[in-house]
Amino acid sequence: MKPPPFGYTRPRSLDEALATLSTHGPDARPLAGGQSLIPLLNLRLARPSLLVDLAFIPGLADVQAENGTVVLGAMVRQRAVERDALIAQRVPLLAEATRLVGHPPIRNRGTVGGSLAHADPSAEYPAIALALDAELVVRSASGERVVPARDFFVDLFTTALAPGELLTAVRIPVPPPGTGWAIQEIARRHGDFALAGAAVLLRKTGDGTCEHAAIALFGVATRPLRVTAAEHALTGQPLTAESIREAAALAVEAIDEPLSDVHGSAAYRQRMAEVVARRALEEANRRAGT
Amino acid sequence: MARVSIGLTVNGQAVSAEVEPRVTLADFLRDELGLTGTKLGCEHGVCGACTVLVDGAAVRSCLMLAVQAEGADVLTIEGLSHNGLHPVQEAFWEHHGLQCGFCTPGMVLTAYAFLQERPDPSDEEIREALAGNLCRCTGYQNIVAAVRAAAGKLAAAS
Ligand SMILES: Cc1cc2nc3c(=O)[nH]c(=O)nc-3n(C[C@H](O)[C@H](O)[C@H](O)COP(=O)(O)OP(=O)(O)OC[C@H]3O[C@@H](n4cnc5c(N)ncnc54)[C@H](O)[C@@H]3O)c2cc1C
Ligand code: FES
Ligand code: FES
Repeated sequence: MKPPPFGYTRPRSLDEALATLSTHGPDARPLAGGQSLIPLLNLRLARPSLLVDLAFIPGLADVQAENGTVVLGAMVRQRAVERDALIAQRVPLLAEATRLVGHPPIRNRGTVGGSLAHADPSAEYPAIALALDAELVVRSASGERVVPARDFFVDLFTTALAPGELLTAVRIPVPPPGTGWAIQEIARRHGDFALAGAAVLLRKTGDGTCEHAAIALFGVATRPLRVTAAEHALTGQPLTAESIREAAALAVEAIDEPLSDVHGSAAYRQRMAEVVARRALEEANRRAGT
Repeated sequence: MARVSIGLTVNGQAVSAEVEPRVTLADFLRDELGLTGTKLGCEHGVCGACTVLVDGAAVRSCLMLAVQAEGADVLTIEGLSHNGLHPVQEAFWEHHGLQCGFCTPGMVLTAYAFLQERPDPSDEEIREALAGNLCRCTGYQNIVAAVRAAAGKLAAAS
């Protein structure tokens, strides 16, 4: 037996879960798919006193379309995202990114909310949420607030969530028709965490001028990054091999606190960030309609 | 810590037990139920040796607590075959898809779940489906060959 001892509770409603979390304070941890939390428990890197299992709460695992927005409940399994026809059609970037998250058995258990709340700097979903300008719906015993993705990811494994708060849903504005999209990453094997990754959305006019660019990098810094300088440099410019190469080079300059570990040095990740940013921009440009 | 009562189905049989919350499904299957076909390699999700099916989907039993399996239907390697070997197991045997056999229950169950979804996969798809399962012996070629052959056997049988 690996994990240290902890208590376990299985609330049947969101209110019950929130009440339990507020009574027990920071020693109580929400348990979603367990695909990040249970490894931490097995390695004894986390020692919560109580796990609050979110899996038995009704209504947290729905995918819904509301005027121009796709809303995913926090407990939607990653595998369900991958298979969802609505998501494939309206937010193909999310569907494609999901296939890069771990392996099928991980995605069968892992959830959308768990990945966002865990905020691994190399994870795909946080970067996708940033690129898509998603909004995160957060609830506590005292009420609800909505946090834009750009304010949610604070640092390494750290989000804007306070103890006692739960992420309940993510709202994704559906990109307008014709938006080009791409996600590119470099990983050791399929399904491993990215050593460098980029997610891109692009819109262009009839003459190939860039109207809108969103570029998010992951796997390279302590948190996913929107690289606004590169986005601004592209906007209003013709999308050419040259302008794309320049934007990719500029994107790397946004990396303020580079990640460096046994899997990849900071220098390697930075070089690769430029490569994936360029590839993603090129691919999104090919997919963009006018 | 207070034990929690759970009720689930394992290989078609109803099971109920009182477990400590920290017991993983893998340890529950192996230590409480004696189903030692499920292997434990890394115990943090990277090797796939502990793969079982929960409600028809392949999952890591080292990354699931037994208490989370409340009401679930679990299939382990022991429950895969009823009379003789299952076609996927037969294919592993015929194509030398194993040497020491430690990764095999996880490989077989991963392949079984994958082939239900994709009955006629390409080699590329087979490799991607097995990317989360590590084998220290075979070099994978024969495992891929076995899964390809298993797809053929299952198609012929249906
Ligand atoms: C071998 C392996 C490979 C992986 N590869 C990748 C990969 O390539 N890319 C990737 O992105 N991920 C990868 N993962 C991680 C996986 O995607 C996890 O599923 C995800 O990071 C966490 O989701 P979960 O539902 O399992 O959350 P859990 O593990 O249950 O929870 C994670 C954390 O979030 C908190 N939490 C969960 N839900 C909520 C909520 N609703 N509100 C507030 N807090 C909450 C928990 O308390 C915990 O701190 C991998 C995991 C493994 C084991
Ligand atoms: S023992 Fe579960 S994945 Fe390795
Ligand atoms: S056969 Fe020995 S680990 Fe795969």
